[in-house]
Amino acid sequence: MKFSENWLREWVNPGISTDDLAAQLTMAGLEVDAVDPAAGVFTGVVVGAVLDVAAHPDADKLRVCQVDAGTGETLQIVCGAPNVSAGMKVPAALVGAVLPGDLKIKKAKLRGVESSGMLCSARELGLADDHVGLMALPLDAPIGADIRSYLHLDDAIIEVDFTPNRGDCLGVAGLAREIAVLNRATVTAPVQTTIEPGISDQFPIQVSAPEACPRYLGRVIRGIDPLATTPLWMREKLRRGGIRSLGPLVDVTNYILLELGQPMHAFDLARLNTQVDVRYARAGETMRLLDGRGITLDKETLVIADASKILAIAGVMGGEDTGVGETTRDLFLECAFFAPEVLAGRARRYGLQTDSSYRFERGVDFNLQRHAMERATGLLLELVGGTPGPITEVCHSDLLPKRTAIRLRRTRVRRLLGIDLPDTEIADILNRLGATLQPMDDGWEVIPPSYRFDMTLEADLIEDIGRIHGYNHLPSTRPKAAMQGLARPEGVVGIAQWREILVQRGYQEAITYSFVEPDLQAAIDPTGTPVVLANPISSEMSVMRTSLWPGLLKSAQHNLNRQQTRIRLFECGLTYVLQDTGLKQEYYIGGLVCGGRLPEQWGSASTELDFFDTKADVETLLMAGGCAGEFQFIVGQHAALHPGQTACIQRHGLPIGWLGMLHPELAKSLAIPEATFIFEIAVKGFEIGCLPIFHEISRYPAIRRDLAFILPQSVAAADIYTSVRAAAGPLLQDLSLFDLYHGKAIESGRKSIALGLILQDSSRTLTEQDVEAVLVQVQTALNAKFGATLRE
Amino acid sequence: MPDPITQVIQNAERAIVAAADLKALDDVRVHYLGKKGVLTEQLKQLGQLAPEERKAAGQIINQAKQQVQDWLDARRITLDGEALAKRLAEQSIDVTLPGRGEQPGGLHPVTRTLMRIEALFAQLGFEVAQGPEIEDDYHNFEALNIPAHHPARAMHDTFYFDEHTVLRTHTSPVQIRVMENRQPPLRIIAPGRVYRCDSDLTHTPMFHQVEGLYVDEDASFADLKGVLDDFLRNFFERDLAVRFRPSYFPFTEPSAEVDIQCVMCGGKGHEPGRHMTCLLSLASCI
Repeated sequence: MKFSENWLREWVNPGISTDDLAAQLTMAGLEVDAVDPAAGVFTGVVVGAVLDVAAHPDADKLRVCQVDAGTGETLQIVCGAPNVSAGMKVPAALVGAVLPGDLKIKKAKLRGVESSGMLCSARELGLADDHVGLMALPLDAPIGADIRSYLHLDDAIIEVDFTPNRGDCLGVAGLAREIAVLNRATVTAPVQTTIEPGISDQFPIQVSAPEACPRYLGRVIRGIDPLATTPLWMREKLRRGGIRSLGPLVDVTNYILLELGQPMHAFDLARLNTQVDVRYARAGETMRLLDGRGITLDKETLVIADASKILAIAGVMGGEDTGVGETTRDLFLECAFFAPEVLAGRARRYGLQTDSSYRFERGVDFNLQRHAMERATGLLLELVGGTPGPITEVCHSDLLPKRTAIRLRRTRVRRLLGIDLPDTEIADILNRLGATLQPMDDGWEVIPPSYRFDMTLEADLIEDIGRIHGYNHLPSTRPKAAMQGLARPEGVVGIAQWREILVQRGYQEAITYSFVEPDLQAAIDPTGTPVVLANPISSEMSVMRTSLWPGLLKSAQHNLNRQQTRIRLFECGLTYVLQDTGLKQEYYIGGLVCGGRLPEQWGSASTELDFFDTKADVETLLMAGGCAGEFQFIVGQHAALHPGQTACIQRHGLPIGWLGMLHPELAKSLAIPEATFIFEIAVKGFEIGCLPIFHEISRYPAIRRDLAFILPQSVAAADIYTSVRAAAGPLLQDLSLFDLYHGKAIESGRKSIALGLILQDSSRTLTEQDVEAVLVQVQTALNAKFGATLRE
Repeated sequence: MPDPITQVIQNAERAIVAAADLKALDDVRVHYLGKKGVLTEQLKQLGQLAPEERKAAGQIINQAKQQVQDWLDARRITLDGEALAKRLAEQSIDVTLPGRGEQPGGLHPVTRTLMRIEALFAQLGFEVAQGPEIEDDYHNFEALNIPAHHPARAMHDTFYFDEHTVLRTHTSPVQIRVMENRQPPLRIIAPGRVYRCDSDLTHTPMFHQVEGLYVDEDASFADLKGVLDDFLRNFFERDLAVRFRPSYFPFTEPSAEVDIQCVMCGGKGHEPGRHMTCLLSLASCI
């Protein structure tokens, strides 16, 4: 919201600079967004009267004007504006003037004709953006007067970003009130006397929805001057308030909006039928808004209607048919209080946000309407003449907002703010804010002013006491609290630890959007049902991810497109999966790897990455909890993964994640290398680890025996491990698979594996017979289970 | 003419000096001191001498043996040193070449920052609390004093799934969930992803917030100031100007936004007239 600083200072004028005023407002919670000059920087421009206009002998579009600019001589100025005419008064830049943009005005010849200055448009003076020819000044403007002082251009436009609770400041009057509180200054409001009606005409008002509109004032004004224009001073104040002049009738209502914060509406009386009624719309009723748009109303919308049609959405916008215009002679002026909770959200529902709805939603002073009506009437009579009728008021005072007493305890003030403020200061602040105080034993009973819709609780009052006292004058203390140790279960592995593991293994962390492309998502997880955003930023960001892979794949693609060939990425975050039991938001760690096994370097030939490199990364993650034995990698099938290189990661037989090579088709469609390996694991599945268990270190020697078997290709290593462990029994301390071979010298369909067994007993040295017995058990078991034969 | 022993010693010395490596040196040793070596043979022949001559002759031969042995030892040390030096020279490498193997990756700067914030608050006994990102309207708005149509909703450009389900627009619903489930005193911080339906040069539709909640008998706004003053000083590792500016959040009172001196220019101003930059917006939660 923008205000003219000069206008504000007409109301309250503390002896502080513009910058200080802006800083003061900001530090009072009324954040100043910008302070801009009301006009461009210029000098040497005065009021000039165009005495005569003649055609330029050599240029169609130029005129030669004789101008009296109060310099004692008539100036000849060549002008290109189409609207220049003899008799008008315009801003004239004299020779030596400097216009915005450091444009210096010199004596010049324009197509051979001498020109001693320049006649200016509003845009050339930095007063407007549109270029509509010369700026016409009022005919009574004193010739030779400096334009800056004549138009009061040494003014600032202050833009304030109001928080939604401060509807009371949405007018010069309210802002002035706040400035007065901050500076202990006095507000001087323009004097407005009660206007005596000249006619007795009234237009009937019915309020069918009194709880939504507890107060409605109307007034008829007849016989206005259709040719009247808005005076420059008002146009300038409106302009500096960010409102365009639209003719005197609308301008006056907008002026009241800016001045008092009270939205008003002027209807063309001739177009109203029988009476106005404030009621809820009937479902399906239609109207055409002032902006020309046709809308269909719902029955929660409060409207102003007459006997045959809808005139306005109450407090939001008027209708096109009944608005004032050039043919308007008689007015019906409306000034109402609409309940904020009834108007809340209505404008948005129709895609509207008007200066009026903005104020009503935040709360307009419910005691302001009569004053605003008189003020508007006074201005209208001054501008367009006419004869006013009496004010018709329909008021249901029992339905007006209540300002009930709030109990304010001084102990509470101290406890919340952490400072002992004297009673006198507390009372003084609240009095200055317009509240009524009744002292009590433990504090006060406080009745807030009618314009403060945000003061309903004790905490509201305390906040304002702190605010006016100054947050920066409140102490800064260190809290005293009972020390309480926090539980840190030893067996739980923190996410920080996994992150560190992956970083040490060369991974870079990524944070990708939680919403992803539906097609990619479906390719990765065709059976999952993603949650779909109703209002996505774009279709590429429209479904919530059910896996971390879409984001990682897109990141990889992005990096590959930027000359990165070796990519190791991981991400931690939620996935969002719709299940029969409801929405599951689960924390995952996922990774993606492609490119060489190691960074390109001297002394190590670049080798292609494979499944087992990435599996080692995953195993390291799983092992962080100290219970590697609880996890299994099971041959699995996943739409995103190569069918022959897919492992479902399980813990105690329950799936917790996936690891595998990206499906070649997917790799192709994303234009990323085939040798891309991805994994993701549910954090819940492995965050609980195991504590280390002490085992006595044997004093007796360990014996190693190696066995090589030939067995069918299809036998999984995991099964061999399980069988060997079971067959070997407790003497087996360690088992390794140290060679794997198939091909030459091995029958097709079979493979050779070499196992290293380490045997040891904790209470004695093993004999050759002990060892032999174990080896026989292992051979027998593998033979029986897999048809394995000992390789000779 | 020198006596035969002297001649042997002279020959041995020449041979030892001439031995170019350990193998050659050993050959010399064997030639003079070995079982059938020249000097060993001499000793064996002592028996043929008269007993009264034997002692003196023996002494001479033993001295000669000792002399040859000393020369051999000295020569061995020299040759050993030379061999070692040669081997070391051959084994020298360019130690400025980079080390082999994997190179560490890195954490996302957001993660680093969040971890740092968590650690600073953990010192004060603030626990990390988490909550869902797809939230219901109640926890994201209603319970935070932002009913439907409240003007404050316009300050949140909300992503919706349906009328009642949103992507959380702030981490504040975590406060609600903590307070629903636990009893005060409470000290928590809630870091995490939040979402606003706004995307341009200066806005991303997803970003991170950290939110703090401190509930205790005597917690005051002054305490909030103290905690944040300390936090900011510790986070930025310098004394910087901090100001508390009144603001409005429907669910806190008193509400403030915190401005800090620009950490880049030290308050000297990137732009004339703008000395403070607002980095934090924190509400007191009392």
